[in-house]
Amino acid sequence: MSLATRMMTARRRPGRWHWTDIAAYAYLAFGVVLMFGPVLWLGLSSFKTQAGLLEFPPSLLPMSQKEVAVPGQSQKLPLFEVEMPDGTKRVLAQVRRVGIQAQMIDPEKPGETIRVPIDKRTPVREFKLATENYTEPLERFAFTRFLWNSVFVTLVATIITLIINSMAAYALSIYEFKGKTAVMLMVIGTLMIPITIILVPVYLVITKLGLVNSLWAVILPGAATPTGVFLLRQYMLTLPRDLIEAARMDKASEWQIYWRIVMPLAMPALAVLAIFSIMWRWNEFLWPLAVLTKTESYTLQIGLNAFQGELQTQWHYLLAMTVVTLLPVALVFVFLQRFITTGIANTGMK
Amino acid sequence: MQGKHWISALALTAGLTIGGAAFAQTTVRIAWYSDGNEGEVVSDLLKRFEAQNRDIKVVLDQVPYKAITENLPVQLASGQGPDIARVVDLGGIARYALDMRPYLKDAAYWEKNFGPFLPWMRPEGDSSAITGFMTQLTVTGPFVNKTLFEQAGIAMPGAKATWEDWGKAAKDVAAKVQAPFPLAMDRSGHRFFSVAVSEGAKVLDDKGEPAVIDDGFKRAARRVYDWHQSGVMKKELWGSVSGTAYRGANDEFKNAQVVLYHSGSWQIAQFDKTVGDAFDWVAVPSPCGVGNCSGMPGGAGLVAIKTTKSPEAVAKVMDYLASEPVLSEFYARSLFVPGHLGIAAKGLDYKDAGPQAKAALKVFSDQVAELSPVAYKLQGYVNNRVIFNAVISRLGQAISGEGTLDEAYKRIESDIAQQIAERKK
Amino acid sequence: MASVETKPQPEGAGVAGLLAAPLALLMRLVDGPMRALQRLIGERRMAYVFILPNLAFFSLFVFLPLVINVVFSVTGGAGLFPSERPFVGAQQYGYLFDCGSFLEPSSCREDHFWRGVSNTARFTVFQVTAMVLFSLLTAIVLNMKIRARGFFRAVYFFPVLLSPVVVALTWKWILQRDGLLNAAITSIGGERILFLVDPSWAMFWIVFVSVWAHMGFYTLILLAGLQAIPADLYEAAEMDATPRWRVFWRITLPLLWPNMIVVIVLALIKGVQTFDEVFVLTGGGPGTATLMIVHYIYETAFANQVQNFGLAAAASVVLGIVLFALTLAQLAASHRKGAA
Repeated sequence: MSLATRMMTARRRPGRWHWTDIAAYAYLAFGVVLMFGPVLWLGLSSFKTQAGLLEFPPSLLPMSQKEVAVPGQSQKLPLFEVEMPDGTKRVLAQVRRVGIQAQMIDPEKPGETIRVPIDKRTPVREFKLATENYTEPLERFAFTRFLWNSVFVTLVATIITLIINSMAAYALSIYEFKGKTAVMLMVIGTLMIPITIILVPVYLVITKLGLVNSLWAVILPGAATPTGVFLLRQYMLTLPRDLIEAARMDKASEWQIYWRIVMPLAMPALAVLAIFSIMWRWNEFLWPLAVLTKTESYTLQIGLNAFQGELQTQWHYLLAMTVVTLLPVALVFVFLQRFITTGIANTGMK
Repeated sequence: MQGKHWISALALTAGLTIGGAAFAQTTVRIAWYSDGNEGEVVSDLLKRFEAQNRDIKVVLDQVPYKAITENLPVQLASGQGPDIARVVDLGGIARYALDMRPYLKDAAYWEKNFGPFLPWMRPEGDSSAITGFMTQLTVTGPFVNKTLFEQAGIAMPGAKATWEDWGKAAKDVAAKVQAPFPLAMDRSGHRFFSVAVSEGAKVLDDKGEPAVIDDGFKRAARRVYDWHQSGVMKKELWGSVSGTAYRGANDEFKNAQVVLYHSGSWQIAQFDKTVGDAFDWVAVPSPCGVGNCSGMPGGAGLVAIKTTKSPEAVAKVMDYLASEPVLSEFYARSLFVPGHLGIAAKGLDYKDAGPQAKAALKVFSDQVAELSPVAYKLQGYVNNRVIFNAVISRLGQAISGEGTLDEAYKRIESDIAQQIAERKK
Repeated sequence: MASVETKPQPEGAGVAGLLAAPLALLMRLVDGPMRALQRLIGERRMAYVFILPNLAFFSLFVFLPLVINVVFSVTGGAGLFPSERPFVGAQQYGYLFDCGSFLEPSSCREDHFWRGVSNTARFTVFQVTAMVLFSLLTAIVLNMKIRARGFFRAVYFFPVLLSPVVVALTWKWILQRDGLLNAAITSIGGERILFLVDPSWAMFWIVFVSVWAHMGFYTLILLAGLQAIPADLYEAAEMDATPRWRVFWRITLPLLWPNMIVVIVLALIKGVQTFDEVFVLTGGGPGTATLMIVHYIYETAFANQVQNFGLAAAASVVLGIVLFALTLAQLAASHRKGAA
């Protein structure tokens, strides 16, 4: 591998930089900006006030207009930088605006009122995080309940998925049995069916089972993922057979072979499936929206979207709540990124 | 909670379904979406109700609007709906609605105060049921950025000005002050039909069946289409998304980029809150066409659902919410135009509203009297959303350059016919 | 192909161990009955026991719904339960295929379906091409002798973990009229571009965003392929002083081909299914310029006032057949890969 990389980089004389090295680092640096930038921007925007979000050109950091308390005024007044008729600039506080004239006063000398045309003033701003975008919806909604539901769904669904998928994959990779081809064809044939197109029939099944509004209605339908079976089987096919034969010689039961031998060996593939399952379940929106109608059974994705109205979207809340739902995924990634990336490269996805 | 899950899991494996756990109280569930603060207001009001009625527990399930339009019909059809729902597709949901008359304290109160709106929430062919009331009566109409007019030094068109006058004035102002949107109109059926009805569109024939494409309709469609061609309207709303999707320009208006924004009364609360002192905004009476000067009525109704297990409790909650003092407080705090004739006649004191919002609310409330009978009939028509959706989708395509207006007319007619035929199968 | 590591990775064992610990007891308890069962039916038939749970879930929540969908597609009306729906035969399919000319969507009764087909086809072609090119380029760069490779690999991978809605929202916030990109353009004196209102730009951006969001996954697949190419091949080439572009064409690309096929087919299938991202980003517009086939199905079944499950189901059956064909193609391709 070291040779291969040497070929690719071809730094012919060690220590000297070939143009491809520079190009590669430039590409990677650009990649960092392009990949992280948009999400960072979303994060920054989520701390802007409703008015701040509407600004053009947008400010990079969350800013809001500076306000000062002026003696004689009951409320704090917004500060503006004003271009005076003689060309000088002054910082004034606005008392009120009437039509296209603003009545302003100098905070230092509050006695005198100055009239300013509104297009001659620019707001004076300061850095300020609009944390109320987060606190207000989180206080209004039963956040901890939603969080618990989401965690419950994600964990239980992932465990069920891992167990039943690995069992099926074990059967499909180790045994020869009648109907194996039919099962394989079914798995592969449905590998790519998006849930959107069978939403209504699955809803009917859930209704008949009496599971509407139970978290199990969210957990169960997606548990038997064809993707998971496929991925695990591909990986298990590569496991050495002699190990299994040896275990059989030692009178291990089939269940023990599955649990004690194959599962530990398939750990990298299981971990990849676990990560994907966590991600799918955590992010699920359309399906829970259809089967969960009671507040106490909402997941985060549903509960935190409740302020999306018919006619208005409250962007400042929407962005903040998006960041809230994003955080756990980001944390999982930060802690497990090396494992995830190497895992995928090493599993049957090749 | 967790325990209950395990029980349901057991039930599943055993192939059994279990009945709901027994409650000492009757529980009434309301599915509710919010555009502004109305969710908070109603939950305050319901807390008071619960304090007075210890035997009834009211749960307010706050859902995204999407759940109301897309999932609620499926839930209702499968018998899994809530007891009460706040809905916009009144005609579509009406078939699942509960006639509350046997349970109401005073049905005459409902008839008297909600009379004109009750038919909107009745199933086809029914002319007497009482199924709900309007949590908000909306009236379409334009908002004008008065400050932009002043900056441009152009006078605002007067009371009986036509759509043409406003289009021209908005364009002139925008050119002077360099506002990107001279005139913006929500991508919505109600907004379009407020123009169409004032241009003389009849929409329904004498038998009450759709006959959408007539001269009045074409005048309005042509006007909107031409406005897009000449830059009076920008393609961002009508020409951007496909299908039935809604798009509004409220953010742009709040940012002083729109001279005239044709939307409706529900915007007042957020304009009041966000625009603040940045510029002067006013609501103006609905502009006129060749026919009349009507807007479109609409709004969200709170409807009782037939499948409820406790109709008495549902009626009790509805009676409470619809009672004059409670409803007055609800309308006043959420800055909604009242859908209650008694309250409307007395006039409502919007205590929390700023002066601009108060003035705008007055303009819209006055507009209710100006509404044309055609507008009322269309709003009450069971399949009106079929018509709205077809128009949004097809007119939007023509505006974005996919096909001509004539093709759009043909498609509108066939879309409506096909969908209604499917429903009747 | 990458060599398979047979010993469990220590990190993996740690993470999964945490998950597995409470399960271990359960598994040990299951062993007794399983052993008895095995004695009863024999070792070979245990396969059925292992496959049963997955198959049960699968039948109930995937296979049965697919059958119901077929039933929906041959019935009409607005009823929800199959028993409420009158049988109409192939009528819904007839509506779908009722076209003056299949090359002109506007001549069809269901013109939006055919626009969806044509948009999805175009989107898929662009997206697959761009996906392969950029993930290949990135994989090659990541395979070079660079510092902090793990970090850069993670950088390109992390959008894969974002939900489609978040991805679309993030980019919408950048691409809209008053978004970050237009701010950048106007700050250097350019004119605002309405990226989501112009049909060509809208198509460009949905391809771009899709590549942005999923590239990391495909890059890792290709990177694994690159790292598995035997070093002695390069050594030999170096001795012969073969130019590097030739090495790439003659050695790297042919040996990477199996992985390339996987990338192409997976990207192809994902492309055909595209919905959420595009729905949030462009709403299918402008006009119907980015209306995808799954979006059409969704709109027909849910967003319209008369929820037309029959027509939507017919369209989904057609889509399902296409997807199945594509998946079989993948199977065939991976078989050939196995031989190679």
